[in-house]
Amino acid sequence: MSDDVNGLNESIQYVTVVIGGQLFGLPIERVHDVFVPESITRVPLSRPEIAGVLNLRGRIVTAIDMRRRLHLPPRQDGGTAMAVGIESKGESYGLLIDNVGEVLDLPTAGREPNPVNLDARWAAISGGVHRLNGQLMVILDVDRVLGGMAEAIAA
Amino acid sequence: MDDLLREFLTETNESLDVVDVELVKFEQDPNNEKILGNIFRLVHTIKGTCGFLGLPRLEAIAHAAETLMGKFRDGVPVTEAAVTLVLQSIDRIKQLVADLEATEQEPSGSDEDLISQLEHMAEAGKVPEPVAEVPKHTEGALIYQVLERQLRPGEVSLDELERAFRETAAEPTATAEPAAAEPAPAAAPPARAAKAAASKVEAKEKEGDGEAKAGGVAAQTIRVAVDTLEHLMTMVSELVLTRNQLLEIVRRHEDSEFKVPLQRLSNVTAELQEGVMKTRMQPIGNAWQKLPRIVRDLSAELGKQIELEMIGQETELDRQVLELIKDPLTHMVRNSADHGLEGPDQRKAAGKSERGTIRLSAYHEGGHIIIEIADDGRGLDMEKIRQKIVDNGLASEFELEKMSEAQIYKYVFAPGFSTAAKVTNVSGRGVGMDVVKTNIDAIGGTVDLKSVPGKGTTFTIKIPLTLAIVSTLIVESAGDRFAIPQLSVVELVRAQQNSEHRIERIRDTPVLRLRNKLLPLVHLSKLLDITTIGGEAKEPVSEEDGFIVVMQVGQQTFGVVVDAVFHTEEIVVKPMSTMLRHINMFSGNTILGDGSVIMIVDPNGIAQAIGPSQSAGTTEEVDHEEERARDTAQMVSLLLFRAGSHEPKAVPLSLVTRLEEFSVDKVERSNGRDLVQYRGSLMPLVYFDEYAQRKTEGSLPMLVFSDAGRSMGLVVDEIIDIVEDRLDIEVGSERAGMLGSAVVKGKATEVVDIGHFLPQAFEDWFRRKEISSEALTRSLLFVDDAPFFRNMLGPVLKAAGYQVTVCASAPEALDMLEHGRRFDVIVSDIEMPEMNGFEFAEAVKRHPRLRQIPILALSSMCTPASIERGRQSGFDDYIAKFDRPGLIAALKEVTTHELGVAA
Repeated sequence: MSDDVNGLNESIQYVTVVIGGQLFGLPIERVHDVFVPESITRVPLSRPEIAGVLNLRGRIVTAIDMRRRLHLPPRQDGGTAMAVGIESKGESYGLLIDNVGEVLDLPTAGREPNPVNLDARWAAISGGVHRLNGQLMVILDVDRVLGGMAEAIAA
Repeated sequence: MDDLLREFLTETNESLDVVDVELVKFEQDPNNEKILGNIFRLVHTIKGTCGFLGLPRLEAIAHAAETLMGKFRDGVPVTEAAVTLVLQSIDRIKQLVADLEATEQEPSGSDEDLISQLEHMAEAGKVPEPVAEVPKHTEGALIYQVLERQLRPGEVSLDELERAFRETAAEPTATAEPAAAEPAPAAAPPARAAKAAASKVEAKEKEGDGEAKAGGVAAQTIRVAVDTLEHLMTMVSELVLTRNQLLEIVRRHEDSEFKVPLQRLSNVTAELQEGVMKTRMQPIGNAWQKLPRIVRDLSAELGKQIELEMIGQETELDRQVLELIKDPLTHMVRNSADHGLEGPDQRKAAGKSERGTIRLSAYHEGGHIIIEIADDGRGLDMEKIRQKIVDNGLASEFELEKMSEAQIYKYVFAPGFSTAAKVTNVSGRGVGMDVVKTNIDAIGGTVDLKSVPGKGTTFTIKIPLTLAIVSTLIVESAGDRFAIPQLSVVELVRAQQNSEHRIERIRDTPVLRLRNKLLPLVHLSKLLDITTIGGEAKEPVSEEDGFIVVMQVGQQTFGVVVDAVFHTEEIVVKPMSTMLRHINMFSGNTILGDGSVIMIVDPNGIAQAIGPSQSAGTTEEVDHEEERARDTAQMVSLLLFRAGSHEPKAVPLSLVTRLEEFSVDKVERSNGRDLVQYRGSLMPLVYFDEYAQRKTEGSLPMLVFSDAGRSMGLVVDEIIDIVEDRLDIEVGSERAGMLGSAVVKGKATEVVDIGHFLPQAFEDWFRRKEISSEALTRSLLFVDDAPFFRNMLGPVLKAAGYQVTVCASAPEALDMLEHGRRFDVIVSDIEMPEMNGFEFAEAVKRHPRLRQIPILALSSMCTPASIERGRQSGFDDYIAKFDRPGLIAALKEVTTHELGVAA
């Protein structure tokens, strides 16, 4: 990303989401909308991460269960899921997450590489870590989240 | 890309296509000024715009071509060479435009070769034949033009444009007024010419009234990007959904004041939807545009005279479909020109006109569009095709013998199939027709062909009007809804107990017996691997409670079991996400009227999952009874089961009435034998292996044989499968109950003699018929070359109360008859080596002493023609080989009739 070469004063805005208790951040320019997914149609024979397809204002959106994508157990508290709408290669995807938090403006300089002992499956889709007050925010690399799945299908 | 440039490219491409077509027309009709005027105008426009955009190469070629055409207009005779040259320049322009499109820059290079040729042609063609006055002016103008181009190739001068204006006089919109006004500031020399041109323009205007009108129509259309339309389409779909939701809300509130305006909104929405749909439709002529040029080039290349007729160009179909059939159509026309039509000499010899015709026609039929490509050539060469089929190992000569012409022609669509003796530049590379078929199949279309030797070949393509909107059947399986395209749905069947369509089980595999055809059944939920509803496991619905959607894909017919069937809905197919595209059970998805997303089932995917081996042996052509009968002559449906030993055993399915399964505790014992209650009466059970250990729990699979209201169950260990195979008993058997062994599906299989088991249930099974008394037992001669039928029908005939003598050939039977053996009735097979059944019957009827004996034909080939042939040969009746009750009835009739006469 271009922010690597930019000066220290540069910052990126992140939409923060919570998945399985962990805080994640998505670059705001990748997030099209945040919505409550309704009536998801499951797709038989699809990859387990794919929760199904749904109609978002006339567009068919592929919903991806981020808990499954991150190898987390299914949600137990029964709360309503939220979804973050993103676009990739002309197609619409909805990442199912637990909660949406605030938008954070974080300096690029504060970004740290993935800890070496991070679960490899997480490291594969993480674009780095930000240290916030009292917690860590993992940067979710949207392209890698989707790319990894596409590769698995192609394989 | 620059908007202006993009506009230019689209427009130029379109103009070039038109020029192609028009030039070919012009060549055939060189005196048609209107066509020439049109071409001239188009080329001129290209030239003008190129100059404006600063594209010197394009401009130079267009200019040179225009000059040559100017000559034509002035009366220089049109030669084929000249037209070819102009076409070449058009090709060059196309090539440059393509490069331009790719790189956004005019490629460097020189076109001097082409230009000098064009100039040379223009000069050489300037024979002093035409009217003296006009060439004089043109000559002057020509030099002027050439000079200018050479001096300033990259620029377009106002002078030139002006001059062109005056000279062409083909732009009806550029009225005489400006044309006449302009000459004033122009240079002195062309003034005289301008005057002449101006008057010409006026004249042109008067006569070209129609042309002007055409121009007006053109101005009423605008170019819209496809993306814009697609977006519009999406928005309209969205509007429809919203409207539906609103209607739903209003429906819940009686007396809503929204009712009337909503009704209005609803109507407007429907109209809007229809209107947007229309924008996607394009005339099929767009796909044909390149064909006249292709045919022209081909006729030159092949030395054939070819005329291309096009009918129904205005027939509209969806843009997407149009794109997909363009290439297949082109290929087929090439094919017709190359293979279909003969050379002029050959045609003459055959008494046809030297000029061959390829006729392309399109019309609507139902929700489909039919395209026919017909030529009046030599027709397909049956012998060559057969030879090729055998050479390529696609079928054996023996198999070919059984095929109809239509079936053999179908091989033309097989991959790598080309009968062209030598590979020409045009076709004959053996790629093509299979690709054509694949492409057409891919859009849910079919292609068929008819051929009459010496008269020509006709290909008929049937394709859906649009791919975007599909009529589907909405079904439910395991709690989810799915859409099945109606195109492949043959019928809906509800198979309940006591209904005429029964479900039978072969081991655990259910099959549907539908009008005497066995169809494999498969659960949609199993195919899609969905066994849970909301996380809870759910047993799939039983076949009896569900609905069966009978589907046909290619030659495969099968039943898909679903939980419920709702309604049909016209849906707009949306492509699936790349994440889902690997699932071949679905072809797309869509949003239903209620706003939910639904997956569209791909019939091809299901067909593949079921596999061709399990498909019912339905032949493709329903109307070819003969073929079917011939096929069945070789193939016998066999029921495979296991009993007593591990080896599979087989019995012809036609002898089995039903397959049943009873739990062991249903078996009752009475009078020393096992019985079950079956359909209101007691059915005796016979164990295949009498000495085997009886099962104490579970269920007993059995084959049920019924005859004259009585049934018996033959208990077996396991029912394996139903297969179609040839049955040749290769090794006879000495063991009771076995006819011998045969190879079925590659495995040695024991063929069971049912005749052995029937008397075990009812001792009088073979003797209880009406004609059972000894006195009435009649002697019967049964002639059949197939040991299987001798063995199988022998007991059946015995069961009917006849004393049966079997005979393996007609000469042997004749010999027997002539040597004094007396028979009351003869039953004979038709297809036999040495002497066939017809000849045998004729021989019998010729014999004075034997003439009285009734003779019945027993054949697997039951067509009206063969029945008639049988009657002529002297057969008293003609019965299908597997029609056991029919045979018994016929026998009874002829023998009792005879008795009556005798008495």
